[in-house]
Amino acid sequence: MEKLEALHENNKMESRVRKDTIWKSVFFLSTLFGLVVLAVLIARVVIDGASWINMDFITGRLSTNADKAGIMGAILGTVWVMIVVIPVTLIVGVGTAIYLELYAKKGKFHSFITTNISNLAGVPSIVYGLLGLTVFVRLMKFGNVVLAGGLTLALLVLPILIVSAQEALRAIPGHLAEASYGMGATKWQTIKRIILPAAIPSILTGAILSLSRAIGETAPLTVLGIPALLLPFPNGLFDTFTALPMQIYYWTIDASLVAEYANLAAATIIVLLVILFVLNSIAVIIRNKFQHRY
Amino acid sequence: MAMNSESTESKAVNVSKLIAENKKKKSINNYTEKLIPTILFLLASITVLTTIGILYTLISQAVHFFMEVSIWDFFTGTELKPLGQDPQFGILPLINGTIISSIIAILVAGPIGLMSAIYLSEYASDKVRRVLKPLLEVLAGIPTIVYGFFAFTFVTPLIRSFWPELGATNILSPGLVMGVMIIPMIASLSEDAMNSVPNAMREGSLAMGTTKLETTIKVVIPAAFSGIIASFVLAISRAIGETMIVTIASGSSKNFTFDLTESMQTMTAYIVEVSGGEAPAGSTLHYSLYAVALSLFVFTLIMNLLAKYISRKFREEY
Repeated sequence: MEKLEALHENNKMESRVRKDTIWKSVFFLSTLFGLVVLAVLIARVVIDGASWINMDFITGRLSTNADKAGIMGAILGTVWVMIVVIPVTLIVGVGTAIYLELYAKKGKFHSFITTNISNLAGVPSIVYGLLGLTVFVRLMKFGNVVLAGGLTLALLVLPILIVSAQEALRAIPGHLAEASYGMGATKWQTIKRIILPAAIPSILTGAILSLSRAIGETAPLTVLGIPALLLPFPNGLFDTFTALPMQIYYWTIDASLVAEYANLAAATIIVLLVILFVLNSIAVIIRNKFQHRY
Repeated sequence: MAMNSESTESKAVNVSKLIAENKKKKSINNYTEKLIPTILFLLASITVLTTIGILYTLISQAVHFFMEVSIWDFFTGTELKPLGQDPQFGILPLINGTIISSIIAILVAGPIGLMSAIYLSEYASDKVRRVLKPLLEVLAGIPTIVYGFFAFTFVTPLIRSFWPELGATNILSPGLVMGVMIIPMIASLSEDAMNSVPNAMREGSLAMGTTKLETTIKVVIPAAFSGIIASFVLAISRAIGETMIVTIASGSSKNFTFDLTESMQTMTAYIVEVSGGEAPAGSTLHYSLYAVALSLFVFTLIMNLLAKYISRKFREEY
């Protein structure tokens, strides 16, 4: 017994356990730090902007007069851009994922494309903006229209969608496809009728997440030359446009000129965050509702 | 269905028709079977085309720039005065701003992200983790423009209230906010690395009478070290490429200084400023965009490849 106590003394167990407890709370507080900042950020935005949100603000046109300014143009611009982004990313992204997972032989070419995609995911978004400016706006002479913005953002979020679609396809167990082949179905029939329908919920989840990334993305649009005060609403793929994040940007940098612009920016941020929140909730619902375990 | 009208005719005719129909269907099927892989291949090559597009865009335009400004002057020039009588195109002020803001960011996100990862992977119960992790991921889903707004209208005034020397635009507060932005990235990647350390190692250490803290520091972190370092490198790369926060909160002064209270411009913010202004196409100013973007692209690519190399090369396999 005495020996044990001596051992106890030697190991300084108490102080070591105390140290462990103290550090545990330090680790916990660090985890909370990010969340506290998040809470402050949201509180700040709501305090600044909530009182500015009303029907006139949502449905109104832009104006230099802070009291009259509305963001319908930016909302429509964002919607139009997404009308381009959604089909392009879905078709190209899912197509690429199917090719990589189900058709391509695992070899040099396969690993080349995979490496390329993961590198593309790391390219700063502003560089995509320059790509869009040079290729879509200038070379193809679209101008700074919805189509150019949409294609630029589509290329930007494509790697995200491809990777999540690949994961979705990989999660479909082989015996489903084998049963289909066993019934005499061809490869494409199997993909079209068995694999894709089974993978669609997870693909949709990934699609919504990449879409919400595209909605919040600002940097590439600043490069395309989006006008700061655009009065007409966009009505088609070849109309000039502005988008919610662009409007936030312009109002924020001009807040030193007109103090109310900061409130307008905050109100627009609320609208943007609500849209993103709704989208992400839909993604979570889809994931939970259709998540099959095979 | 087509057979109904012909049911009065002899059976033999029907069968041969059926066969013909079936063959036709099969040939269409065969046709699609062969066509589909080609279409999918073309779709997959769009990602390659994107890379080629980026490289072509940046290099072909940057070449114009380097015909007018020597590469040496560009990379060693400490003065950036793109406008005015005697324009100077030295990228060092931009690199300086980029590195300083990234260092501030990693000083915030490194310790906090790593400690969050330790908590989530070693200490938190399943229940707590299931609440904390998605909440932390919300932080990663906030658009950067919102962080920019936050840095400019909240963090800067807040710091100025007790440190009045801080400029209305400065490099410090966007750096700090960028740090918060990359916390989730470091936390989740480091946590993945720590999670892949087998439990047997922890149990072995705990059985020797160590505390959880000692096990974490002396066993888990060394074992997961490559993954943790890779997450830091990736986060730095993300900070280097981050645009909106620094554009809004750090202003556009091209100062070559180490004074955190001053406004500095990063490479990304320069691209926004020049492309948003009316740089006439074909001017040196316009081409300078691409030279800066090319440098930015190379920097981030090196960081990303480095991260991949570290996590692959130094991974301990268990």
